[in-house]
Amino acid sequence: MYISYNWLKDFVELDIPAQELADRLTLAGIAVESVTALGEGIEKVVTGQIETISPHPNADKLVITRVNTGEEKLQIVTAATNVSEGDVVPVALVGARLAGGFVIKRAKLRGVESLGMMCSGQELGIDSKTMPADQAHGIMILPPGTPLGRDAKEVLGLNDYILELDLTPNRGDCLSIIGVAREVAALTGKPFHLSEPTFPELEEKIDGQVQVDIEAPDLCRRYIARLIKNVRIGRSPLWMQSRLRSAGMRPISNIVDVTNYIMLEMGQPLHAFDYDQLVDHHIIVRRAGEKETMVSLDNVTRELNPDMIAITDPSGPVAVAGVMGGLTSEVTDHTTAILLESAYFNPVSIRRASKTLGLRSEASIRFEKGIDIGGCLRAVNRAAQLIYEMGAGEVVSGTVDNYISPVTEKTVLFRPARATHVLGMEVTRSKAAEILSNLQFKTQEAGEDLLVTVPSHRVDVGREEDLIEEVARLYGYHQVPATLPYGPTTHGVKTREQSFRSLIADTLAATGFNEVVTYSFTNPGVFDLMNLPGDSPLRYTIKIENPLSEKHSVMRTLLLPGLLEVLANNFSRRVQNGAIFELGRIFMPIEAGTCEERTVLAAAAMGRAEGSWNTPARELDFYFLKGVLENLFRVLGTAAASFLPESANPSFHPGRTALIEAGGRRLGLAGELHPKVLEKYELPERVVAFEIDLDALFYVSGQPRVYRPLPKFPGMERDLAVVVKKETPAADVLEVIRNTGGELLSTVDLFDIYWGEQVPEGFQSMAFKLKYQAGDRTLTDAEVSELTAAIAAKLSERFGAGLRS
Amino acid sequence: MEEKLRIIEKDARQAMASAGSLEELNEIRLKYLGKKGELTQVLRGMGALSAEERPRIGQVANEVRASIDQELAARTTVLKELAIGQRLKEEGIDVTLPGVPVLRGGRHPLSIVSEEIQTFFLGLGYSIADGPEIETDYYNFEALNLPKDHPARDMQDTFFINNQTLLRTHTSPVQVRTMEKMAPELPVKIIVPGKVYRRDDDATHSPMFSQVEGLAVDRRITFSDLKGTLDLFAREMFGPKTKTRFRPSYFPFTEPSAEVDISCVMCGGKGCRVCSHTGWLEILGSGMVHPQVLEVSGYNSEQVTGFAFGMGVERITMLKYGIDDLRVLFDNDLRFLQQF
Repeated sequence: MYISYNWLKDFVELDIPAQELADRLTLAGIAVESVTALGEGIEKVVTGQIETISPHPNADKLVITRVNTGEEKLQIVTAATNVSEGDVVPVALVGARLAGGFVIKRAKLRGVESLGMMCSGQELGIDSKTMPADQAHGIMILPPGTPLGRDAKEVLGLNDYILELDLTPNRGDCLSIIGVAREVAALTGKPFHLSEPTFPELEEKIDGQVQVDIEAPDLCRRYIARLIKNVRIGRSPLWMQSRLRSAGMRPISNIVDVTNYIMLEMGQPLHAFDYDQLVDHHIIVRRAGEKETMVSLDNVTRELNPDMIAITDPSGPVAVAGVMGGLTSEVTDHTTAILLESAYFNPVSIRRASKTLGLRSEASIRFEKGIDIGGCLRAVNRAAQLIYEMGAGEVVSGTVDNYISPVTEKTVLFRPARATHVLGMEVTRSKAAEILSNLQFKTQEAGEDLLVTVPSHRVDVGREEDLIEEVARLYGYHQVPATLPYGPTTHGVKTREQSFRSLIADTLAATGFNEVVTYSFTNPGVFDLMNLPGDSPLRYTIKIENPLSEKHSVMRTLLLPGLLEVLANNFSRRVQNGAIFELGRIFMPIEAGTCEERTVLAAAAMGRAEGSWNTPARELDFYFLKGVLENLFRVLGTAAASFLPESANPSFHPGRTALIEAGGRRLGLAGELHPKVLEKYELPERVVAFEIDLDALFYVSGQPRVYRPLPKFPGMERDLAVVVKKETPAADVLEVIRNTGGELLSTVDLFDIYWGEQVPEGFQSMAFKLKYQAGDRTLTDAEVSELTAAIAAKLSERFGAGLRS
Repeated sequence: MEEKLRIIEKDARQAMASAGSLEELNEIRLKYLGKKGELTQVLRGMGALSAEERPRIGQVANEVRASIDQELAARTTVLKELAIGQRLKEEGIDVTLPGVPVLRGGRHPLSIVSEEIQTFFLGLGYSIADGPEIETDYYNFEALNLPKDHPARDMQDTFFINNQTLLRTHTSPVQVRTMEKMAPELPVKIIVPGKVYRRDDDATHSPMFSQVEGLAVDRRITFSDLKGTLDLFAREMFGPKTKTRFRPSYFPFTEPSAEVDISCVMCGGKGCRVCSHTGWLEILGSGMVHPQVLEVSGYNSEQVTGFAFGMGVERITMLKYGIDDLRVLFDNDLRFLQQF
């Protein structure tokens, strides 16, 4: 909403500059986005009349004009084509400044002297969208009779400031000059004045000439009609055009301009019908029928539905109430009588209709926020006054006012004690009464409290809290002290699960992984990218009804595709190494419309850990990933985890993937991505990843840590290298070693794997470091050797393993 | 004999004093003091001495021994010093060479900031609460005083799953969910971090973003408590000189409502491009919990009051780190992520 500073002055005295006014409004909750000085920087532009136009001797596209500026007659050469002799136009004199800092100099155009320039709207800083259509791109033509030699800024209402409001949805009342003026009055303590419109009426009465029936009283609580005759359609006066422009509206014709003017000034949208086009001069307000149609002003056939309010005559709809007029009853140049509608329509119905039709108009915006039902009559009378004053028509006596159950005024009890309790600041009854009456509320003492009557324009106020807010915002929020809540101390802690998540994220970050944040919605195509079969349950997703695009149309059931996309994006930017993780939710549908949200931990890595002058680079391969997970499990106190070969997952490499289990639960998968998946993502040859269910991990983690005394007796070490078949899993060998070693074998580390020379084809050598330790004595060489030999024997028995020295 | 001892003393000391290394010194020690050393040899001849001579020569021998030991110790110290000096001289490295690279990881800046916010409120006794991201229309709107067809629903363009289910547009539904669970217990003090969704995608809007919501409900929570709490928060988050400004605003689920600005973190309030020359930056919305919301959540709004606030983590993150493009936060470029 754009508010003209000068227009406000019609209703309230203003003695503070526009910027200060803007600041005060903002701090009172009427946020002012910007303050624009119209005509800023424009100087020495006056009104002038073109007396003669003659051809230019040296140029076809130029003409020489003689312009009377009241004081002098200037020769001006112009290329303009939309001017005629007798037109009054804005003239920039030599030395003038125009919008954008353009300066007018004495000039010679093709040998002919030119002493100034005729201006277009844009050159005066006027948006071409608010110029009459025929002048949008040429010289601005002022109405005949405009006095000559006057400052054009004054004539065009450019000595003004425009406040751009960013209104909250509850303050529909401020979508009007008078609404803002009321706020200004309350803020500055100056009186707000709104006079009753007066105008002469014709002797003939409206009775019998117009009939209005409201058949849908739930959708239309008030409908007023006024009849104007002897209408002369033409341009509206310049001052009115200027004011419409100041609000960003384009002047159309005197009648249409008046309806827009009243809407801007009072917040009441009006509609003008061509009276003679209304069948039987009979207005019926009703619900539209199913699939009923109407051709709207813009010549489009619109389909209506019973949610919409139709303004009809006996032949059918003539307007969709509050949203759009119909073509048949449109005011045209031939109109001689009009019916002015000033009505109150149900906000919800207007909102639905405007949404369904995809039409949001200045009128519908106001109706859907709730207009002042008490102001309908004044608005139509003010319109009649303006029409009369500008000679656009004559007013038939009286109105038809169908007012279904006129609202009884709302009264609300205001308790200063309650306000004090809510605000934490002393609110006295007298101060509250003062503030509320400045805002046009009527107050009456009721014991310690106030009985407050809410004016009809404040549709947003209905309960005590609303009044407390009114008092607080007018008092100024800066007046409220800053305190801390008083009460028993509370213990602020993270739950175990919240701490668990932080610990995971911090641990992964410390081991080289960068946390990423990806969208929860995804492209249904990712399931193909992930090489999942057509019947994969992961393809069963929650779908968004109104997605931004197909790319973001379903809720993810996997985290990994998002991570792969991140790696692919980085890879395409030549960032070739990296490890990332995300802790996020997946959404698994249960039944129609319901879903289970599960938190998942996923990570992916590509490329290598760069080396340096003394450190070799390290591939970020499966074993890197496994090491990271083993470290994570250690930090989290996870039950012993096993990595079991997994070859059935279509997204992963069948020979390089493990199923992770711990404490009897399946946690997830870790492995290298399937080459087909990598190819589709345009990723490098090898990418490793894991995806783990957080609940499962949480369940098997947090094992209590119990202190084990440090050994009091020296331990002993032995190395053991065995040759086994290549396909023998290390885990199996380790298990045999541990079982055979028993209690005395404290740790066993696999420190080398070797195949090649000295090892037969198809075999590999595994070297282990065995540490023996007894809690109660020093072990002897003999018993350690014996135990190691027993282990070797067992390995030989189990795997046919040979010893290697 | 005495003469012999004195000669040994003199020779040994001389030899030791001129020893060039610890090895050489050790050889000299063995030569004089070893089992077959000269002094040892001489002392073996002590048995041949007369009873009168033995104590005297014994004393001389002890003197000689002590004198040589003294020289040995002195020379050892000197040579050790020399040896260490030599070693240190030879072992210099170029400390300006790069260190062994560590694989660099880190938290996402949005997580860092969100946790920082949580930590502050944990310190004030708030607990952390959570709720679903796919939410019902009831919790996301109705219970928050936003019935169907309420114009304020336009403030939050919504992704729908169906007409009763949607992607939550704010973390506020967790207010109602938490209060429902706790009522009539008091106080309620929670912080709700989480992802939220709005149907908006341009240079300054992401369809998914993060919020942190706060709620305090008790018998005597006031608007001034809201001011004090957020004032403290702003100073903790943006530095001790940060000022706050509370502007009346409108949210259907709070009343009175306030938009909170902080003095511009770039210019300190003088006015610059970042704050559009106003000196202020809007960082959060807040207000007193609307009585209607308390009532539907199971509290008596005459006996209990509360405040609530909600902030966008992206905005605060951008201000804290001087990020001028929202999109980099969701682009996950490793070169960006590794800056945090």
